[in-house]
Amino acid sequence: MKPIIKLLLEGGSLNTVQMAQVLNLSEAEVNRQLDTLKKDGVLLGLRPVLNLADEDSGVVRAVIEVRITPERGGGFNRLAERISKFDEVESCYLMSGGYDLLVFVNGASLQKVAAFVSEKLSTLEGVLSTATHFMLRSYKEHGFLLGGKVEETERLKVAP
Amino acid sequence: MDQSRYIARHVVNLPKSGIRDFFDIVAKMKDAISLGVGEPDFDTPWHIREAGIYALEKGKTHYTSNLGLIELRRAINKYVEQNFNVSYVPENEVIITVGVSEGLDLACRALINPGDKVMYHQPCYVSYSPSITLAHGIPVPVPTFAKDGFALTVEALRAAWSPGCKILMVNLPCNPTGGTCDRAQIEAIAKFAVEKDLIVLSDEIYSELTFEGVHTSIASIPGLKERTIFLHGFSKAFSMTGWRIGYACGPATLIEAMMKVHQYSMLCASIIAQEAAIEALVRGEDAMKKMRDQYHRRRDFIVRRFNEIGLKCHLPRGSFYAFPDISQTGLGEKDFALGLLQAEKVAIVPGAAFGENGRGFCRACFATSYEQLIEASNRIERYVQSLTAKNW
Repeated sequence: MKPIIKLLLEGGSLNTVQMAQVLNLSEAEVNRQLDTLKKDGVLLGLRPVLNLADEDSGVVRAVIEVRITPERGGGFNRLAERISKFDEVESCYLMSGGYDLLVFVNGASLQKVAAFVSEKLSTLEGVLSTATHFMLRSYKEHGFLLGGKVEETERLKVAP
Repeated sequence: MDQSRYIARHVVNLPKSGIRDFFDIVAKMKDAISLGVGEPDFDTPWHIREAGIYALEKGKTHYTSNLGLIELRRAINKYVEQNFNVSYVPENEVIITVGVSEGLDLACRALINPGDKVMYHQPCYVSYSPSITLAHGIPVPVPTFAKDGFALTVEALRAAWSPGCKILMVNLPCNPTGGTCDRAQIEAIAKFAVEKDLIVLSDEIYSELTFEGVHTSIASIPGLKERTIFLHGFSKAFSMTGWRIGYACGPATLIEAMMKVHQYSMLCASIIAQEAAIEALVRGEDAMKKMRDQYHRRRDFIVRRFNEIGLKCHLPRGSFYAFPDISQTGLGEKDFALGLLQAEKVAIVPGAAFGENGRGFCRACFATSYEQLIEASNRIERYVQSLTAKNW
């Protein structure tokens, strides 16, 4: 794995100046490498991980198990890509087991998510069935714990 | 009443740890960036903590055998066999201790007669010389030097040796220097130990944090197992400093002698820590390697920065300590560290806390986040520049 990718994964929220210092590169070189990663489709974007439990985020999230008919030639890909293109769909995965696609959906309200499933998703040709589960609470997002305040563990400032 | 006259002479004469002095100053200072710690910044991986909790839930709250849980001793033998190329009998050649510190103390108390000489390389961990003194031995420091990357050389051993030397203590990779020895150097030390008929106490607590080359345990050199006590623990590799858990492996006769001291003082190590330690050995390798990778990259960064700043710093091949030479600034290590703390609020430890041979150096622990390391290095740079400006 390239050093810059490792740093992105472990470095928290370092800016490009700090990244340049750690990697012993110029800031311009860091930007160039980041651009290359973007161009190559490796780095798709950087998004904040938020804990919106206390905010009125107005977002309803659901996980939908979707069974679809594979097509000759394209398998599951054509339909999976088509489903992925909806703005409501946050993530979409092909799964082994009792269903084919696992689809994560965001909506402004329960009704809007329900409408998306019943009007858009389940009416697509090739979609055999859907099972929708609404998320009630999140405990961990992208490696970050959401359970209340982060407890600072105390280390002695100087130790042998 | 003057109570101090009741204190044993050899305790009165023990110097107060140089780290302790410095700790008192740093503790009073708010929002200092500390590179002064001697432990990982990661908390113990959750699966290991969870094993400790589970042990409590199961009612594991009793004494264990003096030697420690047999399951743990078996797991230790397997781990040591795989990673250090030497094998021990779990039933009588392994003892669980309260950290390596206790293992070292047990070995000293079990082996040293009053007046026996004990060689150890210096700069070194703060407890080495006091452990020898407390067992009524005579400490014989052997210097290591920056030009050798603080590896222990046979030339230095020969120069320091004198009749009456019975034990050689080694700590490779070394706290505070990060120095270690390659296989050829270890073989030469082993030959010297055989020639001078020394028992070797080998503290290998930083062995997993070896960044270049392969760690060689002196116990694995042919002929050395019979005269070596291998000391190791969980604190550094598995981020378990506060659990206080370590172990000693060696010939049954010596382990039995150490066990005698242990059973009348500590009795046994905490059973909760022992249970968690089993989990660390059986399933902790991935988390350990991940932490090592991160230390490795942080080391490369901080050592490069010290050299850029003008503080000559050798590349520590192991541990999570950088040990830059600060003598070019014209200041002593204590004044340098105090000045840095006052001017820029960055805490590092003056090298003399680790023995006379640490003069002119400071220890900086890089087991902390990139943000802190970057900020600390920028502040140190500013401080060194201000010193140079004054000298002109």
